[in-house]
Amino acid sequence: MTEFTPFVRTDMLEQREPPAGQRGIILWARENLFSGPMNAALSLIGLVVILWLASHMVPWLLHGVWNANSLTECREIITATWGPDATGACWAMVRERWHQYVFGFYPMDLYWRPTLAFVLMLVAIAPILYQSLPRQMMWFTALYPFVCYWLLWGGTIWAPVVVLMGFGLFALVFRLLVSGLGVPVSAGLGLVAAAAWWLLVQTPLSTAIHSVLPVGLRSVDSDQFGGFLLSIVIGVTAIAASLPMGILLALGRKSDMMLVRTLSVGFIEFIRGVPLITLLFTASLLLQYFLPPETNFDIILRVIILVTLFAAAYIAEVIRGGLAALPRGQYEAADALGLDYWQAQRLIIMPQALKISIPGIVSSFIGLFKDTTLVAFVGLQDPLKGITAVVRADINWKGIYWEPYIFAGVIFFLICFGMSRYSMWLERKLKTDHR
Amino acid sequence: MAEQAIDRSKMMVSDEVAIQINNMNKWYGQFHVLRDVNMTVYKGERIVICGPSGSGKSTLIRCINRLEEHQAGQIVVDGTELTNDLKNIDKVRSEVGMVFQHFNLFPHLTILENCTLAPIWVRKIPKREAEETAMHFLSKVKIPDQAHKYPGQLSGGQQQRVAIARSLCMKPRIMLFDEPTSALDPEMIKEVLDTMIELAEEGMTMLCVTHEMGFAQAVANRVIFMDKGQIVEQNEPREFFNNPQSERTKLFLSQILGH
Repeated sequence: MTEFTPFVRTDMLEQREPPAGQRGIILWARENLFSGPMNAALSLIGLVVILWLASHMVPWLLHGVWNANSLTECREIITATWGPDATGACWAMVRERWHQYVFGFYPMDLYWRPTLAFVLMLVAIAPILYQSLPRQMMWFTALYPFVCYWLLWGGTIWAPVVVLMGFGLFALVFRLLVSGLGVPVSAGLGLVAAAAWWLLVQTPLSTAIHSVLPVGLRSVDSDQFGGFLLSIVIGVTAIAASLPMGILLALGRKSDMMLVRTLSVGFIEFIRGVPLITLLFTASLLLQYFLPPETNFDIILRVIILVTLFAAAYIAEVIRGGLAALPRGQYEAADALGLDYWQAQRLIIMPQALKISIPGIVSSFIGLFKDTTLVAFVGLQDPLKGITAVVRADINWKGIYWEPYIFAGVIFFLICFGMSRYSMWLERKLKTDHR
Repeated sequence: MAEQAIDRSKMMVSDEVAIQINNMNKWYGQFHVLRDVNMTVYKGERIVICGPSGSGKSTLIRCINRLEEHQAGQIVVDGTELTNDLKNIDKVRSEVGMVFQHFNLFPHLTILENCTLAPIWVRKIPKREAEETAMHFLSKVKIPDQAHKYPGQLSGGQQQRVAIARSLCMKPRIMLFDEPTSALDPEMIKEVLDTMIELAEEGMTMLCVTHEMGFAQAVANRVIFMDKGQIVEQNEPREFFNNPQSERTKLFLSQILGH
């Protein structure tokens, strides 16, 4: 028999502070680094490894030489300053050749054009990254690709203007037909009209206007592009184009229409089953065979298209994961309110699916950006292999090994780390489910 | 639960037909979920549908706004027959409100945005007007002060009342309730039922799948009992509860009322 005292609570207890004296760095270290013999041993081993690495790297970094004209001169300075056995980095190479890492073989007197394009790019992506900025800025964002193309490649201003008219034609056809024929059919017809415009009207019209009103910049060939200019052009364009394409592919893969579904699955599985380098070789070699001989399809454009398709297939699968994570009830509630398919996708499904997919999408973007260095294999001057090879070919810098990779690596790291931090910020900002 | 005096005189049933279901059948693959369902719902009726799980009661009301497709027979909602024609389906869906067991609020939108989304995009109502309507109905379900919060910050009962307000913002002629209180804590069931009772008093045509027999007795003018995909018994509530005819109904009632 257990005894108990009958009890009735007469006053409810207030919430109280947790006991004090549970903080401090020593307590933190004890809990996190030395909580047990195993943990303590691992912490000490880790510390030894870090010290050993630092003992080799820190002097090398500290002995760095910034002012020299060749690798030999660098080494002489290091020996003179730090003794015969000292090693040191030769940052003078970066000082001397940084412009090639940034611009490739872009004409030096025109460096202002890519620089301006880069600054304008920051303005153009700002309203996409930060919803609090005024929405009118999106007009500039929409125009930016044309401005950027003109600034980078130069030539007549009428070429991008006529391309822009093609998009205008697409929008016009879509607007006129969408109420009668629905979104997919009218978008398809709009694309056909725009494609016809670009193939048939583009060149004659822009040439004609240019002969009357010659406004233009000195043109720069694609093979003069290189370094981070090339990486960013390919990376940013492919990132911007692959997200919408990935969304459409993900929706296509979940479509009720057999043909759409089969094509989407086929495309995704084909692209994912083939290495990117294969696609890049296709871009540089095979397309030439398939396209009519007189077409002169720019190599950077071809690479951008293939990289976009490649990234879109991966992003489609990431977004499909996001779609699968949404409860059926969301679709049903959207249906029950009378929203049509595209409204439901745009207003209910995609905002949630994309939010879930942010980490995966950003991983794909980061991967894509780093993969732009693979264009070295089709003869373009990527910052890692292409430009480094150029630098090493100079008798002054022959034999330089770590410095170019560290320099290019640091820039890649900063950009990729920036993307990663932005995505984490965005995730926190969009977190409304209060789980 | 809902013992307070209900003014039944306000809840007049007209002889205008709201929903007509003729010989409707539905299969999930080989499984025959709904078998020869015939039903006429008049404007202003409050119908409670009950039955054991798997009896097809949820499927039946989900067929009425075409969340489920029927394979044979006819469903006419407010004069519009449900066929494969998407225009008809969207028309019916915008006239028929639905409240789900799990609320299905949109977690990425605020309460107010949840309520204004469909009026703005489907009914093409200006944003200002849609927001005024939304605030009106949010006041009606007694949560106007939560309008700028997100669904995740609300209790289950509050979320379900928002879901009701969201449906009402479309000014529906018919409301479907699919077990609206089954996912709620007992303390919250009452606040949702009170909202539904108020709606019934205003003459809304309601079809409600529920096991809240108190609600059925207080509000319904007709109770339908389903089993194995068919309507087994229907009657006015007092007769239904006091004098059930079929053995199956007696067994069901003894099980849900007997504990």
